[in-house]
Amino acid sequence: MTTPPAPAAPLLSAHRLAFTRNDEPVFGPLDFSLWSGETVLVEGDNGSGKTTLLRVLAGMLPTEGEIRFCGQPASRDSRNGRVLWLGHRTGMNEALSARENLGFLAGLYGTRVGMTAAMAMERVGIGGWIDEPLRALSAGQKKRVGLARLLLLPGDIWLLDEPYANLDRHGIALVNALIAEHCARGGAALVTSHGAVRFADTNARHIHLVA
Amino acid sequence: MASITPTMEANTKAMDAENLARVTRRPGTWRACSALLRRDFVLAWRRRGELFLPLLYAVIVTALFPFALGPDPELLARIAGGVLLVIVVLAMLPALEAMFRADLEDGTLEQWLLAPQPLALLALTRVIAHWLTTVVPLIIVMPLLGALLNLPVKVLPVLIAALLLATPLLVLLGSVLSALTAGARRSGILLALMLLPLAVPVVIFAAGAIAAAQSGMPYLAPLTWLAAALVLAIVLAPLACAAALRIAVET
Amino acid sequence: MSRSYLPHWMHWLGSPPNFYRFAGSLRPWLMAVALVSAAVGLYGGLVLAPPDYQQGDAYRIIFIHVPSAWMSLFIYATMAVAGLVALVWRVKLAEVIAMECAPTGAAFTLITLLTGSLWGKPMWGTWWTWDARLTSELVLLFLYLGVIGLCNAFEDRRRGARAASLLALVGIVNLPVIHYSVQWWNTLHQGTTVDFLDPARSSIAPAMLWPLLVMALATHLYFFASLLGRTRTALLSLESGKQWVRTLVMADVS
Repeated sequence: MTTPPAPAAPLLSAHRLAFTRNDEPVFGPLDFSLWSGETVLVEGDNGSGKTTLLRVLAGMLPTEGEIRFCGQPASRDSRNGRVLWLGHRTGMNEALSARENLGFLAGLYGTRVGMTAAMAMERVGIGGWIDEPLRALSAGQKKRVGLARLLLLPGDIWLLDEPYANLDRHGIALVNALIAEHCARGGAALVTSHGAVRFADTNARHIHLVA
Repeated sequence: MASITPTMEANTKAMDAENLARVTRRPGTWRACSALLRRDFVLAWRRRGELFLPLLYAVIVTALFPFALGPDPELLARIAGGVLLVIVVLAMLPALEAMFRADLEDGTLEQWLLAPQPLALLALTRVIAHWLTTVVPLIIVMPLLGALLNLPVKVLPVLIAALLLATPLLVLLGSVLSALTAGARRSGILLALMLLPLAVPVVIFAAGAIAAAQSGMPYLAPLTWLAAALVLAIVLAPLACAAALRIAVET
Repeated sequence: MSRSYLPHWMHWLGSPPNFYRFAGSLRPWLMAVALVSAAVGLYGGLVLAPPDYQQGDAYRIIFIHVPSAWMSLFIYATMAVAGLVALVWRVKLAEVIAMECAPTGAAFTLITLLTGSLWGKPMWGTWWTWDARLTSELVLLFLYLGVIGLCNAFEDRRRGARAASLLALVGIVNLPVIHYSVQWWNTLHQGTTVDFLDPARSSIAPAMLWPLLVMALATHLYFFASLLGRTRTALLSLESGKQWVRTLVMADVS
């Protein structure tokens, strides 16, 4: 009888994570882990610190707690290349087309094996817009380009801040499908939302932040 | 205070390290930097009409000097080197101010922060792209401006050499300041106010070389100082710029 | 960055209400000694010290000019150090101290420039001379104004303070470069030198030296007293929503 293999370290683990602004605690202390294949939904009203939590995990804001990626302390080596961020802003230049923007980011981050910008744009349903400058796209379409970015670039940990914003019913279903596929591949996602959104994965854990 | 309310225990899937690391290798730094260069060149090309504005500004301001001081060729020849140097510095300012602003506003800087490359390296690449697209045209126009101010021909190569050393220095310094002001309320003069004191040594040495060439004295020493300062700045300024960009991204 | 490396007393002092009380009790003493030493120094310099054999009575402006120049540099260094602490350890008090140094430093720089200019008039008949030291002071004034301007350009004052602290650090690295390049430039163009304390001269008479040192002490103490006062005010305004400020104001009102 073989012993089961020891579980790998969680993709992301946070210990005593806290953030204060002007000496007012925004959230914390939080302890949680994000395992491969998991989705965690961070819920809370506006101002409860959801975006701040994600920005802290992404390394954009400092914290006094401890963050670990695959067991290693957070640093550029352990975090960059593993984490993908989708925030309120598109992260792409409006004067360039989706192809050019995605090509640039692929140059920085690399691409997922076998994935191209065209395939990613097709998957999110706006393949025909790949060569239009982003300013010609609607807000919902720009969000979909952001989702295409998530598909194209390598990264196990998705930090998604309000991914459902600007999307219609189909878009929301797309986001849920993409997250499910990502987790099935062994990735993990941390998602914030303030609305009552139908989350596809009923196994998802929830973190409630109270303002 | 926050509370964790697990609705269900998480599955602990035992995954190999192999499975987790199934993505491509991180792209080499050369590939990343050339991707950034290409992006900046494409953007500059799309806005190529705007790139003429600093050139026009330089030409017009150059023409103002004879109007202000009189067209006496000897007077113009004496002041031409220093005046052209100052004009180039001033013409660089508006573009410098906007170096990182657009990328901060559209969230590109956040993507830089999470890229596998060192932020300082990306900052240095941005500086190179900026210098090539906004400053080199100014330097190319120098012979024309020199003719307007009756610059002695023997001084022109030294002027251009001094500019080739001084302007990258100023762009490097300006990149740090531009990153610092990227998140501030828009104020074009603020960058000038911050940059010009730091630019004083650069102007002194560049002008010193030009003046030496004009009076037939050896001019290599100030140029060498500029080159040494440039090397130092290439190493240090991107690090300071990366620190400033991190401050800018925190909101 | 963690705060565990700071010694305990710094930790205590870094807390705004503690600093407020500590500064409040220290400030009047510093100010009193500063004023007394200024009076002594000025008396010594303006009345007691003999006239200079070269410049007559016009030289007496050095008793304000030189200590101001020293302060303009000292305050910039203080600002840079406080800024470094603010950036690396994210101590809020360090941010406030760094930003409150700037206006006082700019004021001393301005006094240096004005007194330098006043000195220049009887010496060479011009109100301004592009002397190496005065020119460096002028550039220093611009550096100060840049720090003040940058800090005020941000909506979020803490971010503005951190950005301005980085600028102050960039400035202090450049300060020696600026100083030497201006000196070199001055030799190129054979400018005049306003250097009363020129090392080529014979050493300064003791009767002139002690008032100078006393004035230096007075300006330092004044700066510290002023810094404590300004920091207290800034803390009140920055922390205005906090409990300790409310208790303080209530106690004052009642």
